[in-house]
Amino acid sequence: MSGRANVLFDAPGPRARLRNNALTLVAAIVLIGLAYFVYARFDERGQWRWEIWQPFVEADTWVNFIIPGLIGTLKAAALGAVFALLFGAVFGLARLSDHRWIRVPAGVVVEVFRAIPLLLLIFFVFYLAPSLFGGGDYTLMAVVIGLTLYNGSVLAEVVRAGVLSVPRGQSEAAYAIGLRKTGVMTLVLLPQAITAMMPAIVSQLVVLLKDTALGYIIAYVDLLNMGFKIIPANHFGSLVPAAIVIGIIYIGLNALLSALATWLERRSRRSRKTSARPVAPPTAIPSAAGPSLPD
Amino acid sequence: MNELIEYGPALWEGFVQNLKLSAVCAIMALVLGTVLVSMRVSPTPVLRAAGAAYVNIVRNTPLTLVLAFSALGLSDQVGLVFSDDPAINGFWLVALGLSLYTATFVCEALRAGINTVPFGQAEAARAIGLTFFQSLTLIILPQAFRAVVAPLGSVMIAMIKNTTVAVAAGYLADVAFVMKDTFDTTGVSIPIFLGIVVAFMAVTLPIGFLTGWLSRRLAVAR
Amino acid sequence: MRVGRISATLAAAGALILGLAACGGGGETSAAPSGDGSVVDKVKNTKQVVVGTKWDQPSLGLKAGGGDPEGFDVDVAKYVIKELAGGQDVQIQFKESASSNREPFLANGTVDIIFATYSITEERKSKVTFGGPYIVAHQDTMVRADATNIAKATDLAGKRICQAAGSNSYKRITDPPPDGELDLDAQLVGANTYSECVSKLSGNNLDAVTTDDLILAGFAQQGGGNFKILGDPFTDEKYGVGLKKGDVKTCEAVNAAITKMYTDGTAAQLFAKWFGKAQGLTAPTAAPQFETCA
Repeated sequence: MSGRANVLFDAPGPRARLRNNALTLVAAIVLIGLAYFVYARFDERGQWRWEIWQPFVEADTWVNFIIPGLIGTLKAAALGAVFALLFGAVFGLARLSDHRWIRVPAGVVVEVFRAIPLLLLIFFVFYLAPSLFGGGDYTLMAVVIGLTLYNGSVLAEVVRAGVLSVPRGQSEAAYAIGLRKTGVMTLVLLPQAITAMMPAIVSQLVVLLKDTALGYIIAYVDLLNMGFKIIPANHFGSLVPAAIVIGIIYIGLNALLSALATWLERRSRRSRKTSARPVAPPTAIPSAAGPSLPD
Repeated sequence: MNELIEYGPALWEGFVQNLKLSAVCAIMALVLGTVLVSMRVSPTPVLRAAGAAYVNIVRNTPLTLVLAFSALGLSDQVGLVFSDDPAINGFWLVALGLSLYTATFVCEALRAGINTVPFGQAEAARAIGLTFFQSLTLIILPQAFRAVVAPLGSVMIAMIKNTTVAVAAGYLADVAFVMKDTFDTTGVSIPIFLGIVVAFMAVTLPIGFLTGWLSRRLAVAR
Repeated sequence: MRVGRISATLAAAGALILGLAACGGGGETSAAPSGDGSVVDKVKNTKQVVVGTKWDQPSLGLKAGGGDPEGFDVDVAKYVIKELAGGQDVQIQFKESASSNREPFLANGTVDIIFATYSITEERKSKVTFGGPYIVAHQDTMVRADATNIAKATDLAGKRICQAAGSNSYKRITDPPPDGELDLDAQLVGANTYSECVSKLSGNNLDAVTTDDLILAGFAQQGGGNFKILGDPFTDEKYGVGLKKGDVKTCEAVNAAITKMYTDGTAAQLFAKWFGKAQGLTAPTAAPQFETCA
């Protein structure tokens, strides 16, 4: 990437080097000034006082609040990921079906769930579930179903794009040696498509992990709830430190997943085992990113 | 159906808030995203690093936390106040948080777009003596924008849907909160839910089609 | 062939989602009596109950460690539940019930019974059956310690007060009776919880937090000398025990338990335990006048 971007400017000559150095200096001063301004304002309001940061170096805070919260977040994310992948595989393949009566409804389902704001979906499931299944605790279920339907729909598009990214010659060759539709799909197309889809899938899982934080709004006990509500209630005034600490945890988790995505992308690009081009992450597919019509 | 009619006006009022937020954020996120991507490809290492750090931090933070922090951290503690009227202040805090968040996705989409511009374009721009800024604003970005109209459309659609998270910043006027409040009174109401979903689709689907159509029309023939 | 396989896969996915629903519902101690049994029967028969309390309200319901939350509401809940079971020990699972979740949690059966600073109001009575009240709080106002321009509740006109999602304390300021009280022209600042309100108060976007004195007492105590309570109470907030609409049987049993709690001195003891140090609060001597169970 940086190699490509560098092509935007020449290897600097003496004057340009001077200009660049000046610009670097100005930029550094502005950025440091901005950082200092925020630091100073926080300081003015006593946000760096040790006693409001202290809870975060105490084992109790981690054992009682942060780790149980993190487990809640990971539980929702893991369940959501498994079901979303299933949902995505089923509907992605259904959209590729030769039968109109499968293809069209699957397309409608995928497009509709992609268009519904996730929070509304979670609210709806949360209020609807008791009238379907009787009383109970539906916070986890509402979060997981919401995540499944939304991310599953996005993944369905990834699956579809993945299968379509395998060159036509592959399926033609497979048919030519006498395979049936199922065989072509499971033996030839899917194994190649999965390699191509991997990075896109992982980056969608990052989205899913972040979206578990919406559970906070229906009081699902997750990292945000524990960290942002319960800890500040126990340790007066530690709201800003709490936001920073759990922000770092979320960023760390996502950075791990993103690094995995990058690694997989490199690997799949290198790999000779697939003839498919890697599928771009859902937010970056130039041709298939807009809501396509259910076909 | 009766609930939808009875609570329709209140819900509509909430939805108008979402529309206003969307309009404001669309502009702010596009501007900020363009600035960010310019930083990320600039010849100044400090700016490149700052841009990359910003994008990677904000993009990996849950929106719920970004919004809560913009209200409780930036406004309450740092003292960022847009207006003495709490309703207006709350609106702009949500708009700020959502724009800061969405800008990272705009930036990443544009960066992908810059990658689609062939080497020769930048080389030719330099050959005729354009500076970095000139080649970026006259040659590279115009082509990059055209290449990513559809992904930008998706980013905008996601942003519009994300306006429902406004409640996390304590902004209790948007349609998601109104819906929840209504459900507390009426119990779950399928017509109300479907009504809101249709309202959102009425906004997002045309944007999807429009950007899809535009991306085909504006595609740079190569 | 293909069709058969796809429908099979779809069916499997459907089954999985239903399975998920089932595990979501029945994973932990399940709340809500199956059928239309009352909570008191459930407590007696299964010795299990799910109690909703606040988790973020100092002195009332605060999750302070790995175990159960702590506070006045929690202790009252433990006493009442034990009474409901005829003095036997019951396995209580505490579930966080923020202000904005109380009605749906009861209606959904997420929790069986709620002790969470739950004021009895006419509007709520249409959705919830209230036992008690077990204590009467009074709405008061908390401001920054250095605030000089707010000395009594009526000074709040034109000031910025906090609206916590799901709580209607703000209405007492901004609306006329019956829902409200003072009918002042105050500006509302939204927040998700009262701890957010208090955090905002320490910043500069809020002039006052106005809600029940018991809630404020806990925050004021935590906040050291940063805040002061005006000591100008202007309403009676009857804290009720939230029950699923129509559970009259439990409601009556709860009332009997509360009466006993006051006659045997437990109420005074618990009040002293949690609010003894707070200034301006007087311990109740007798059980409040009960509402009719309906």
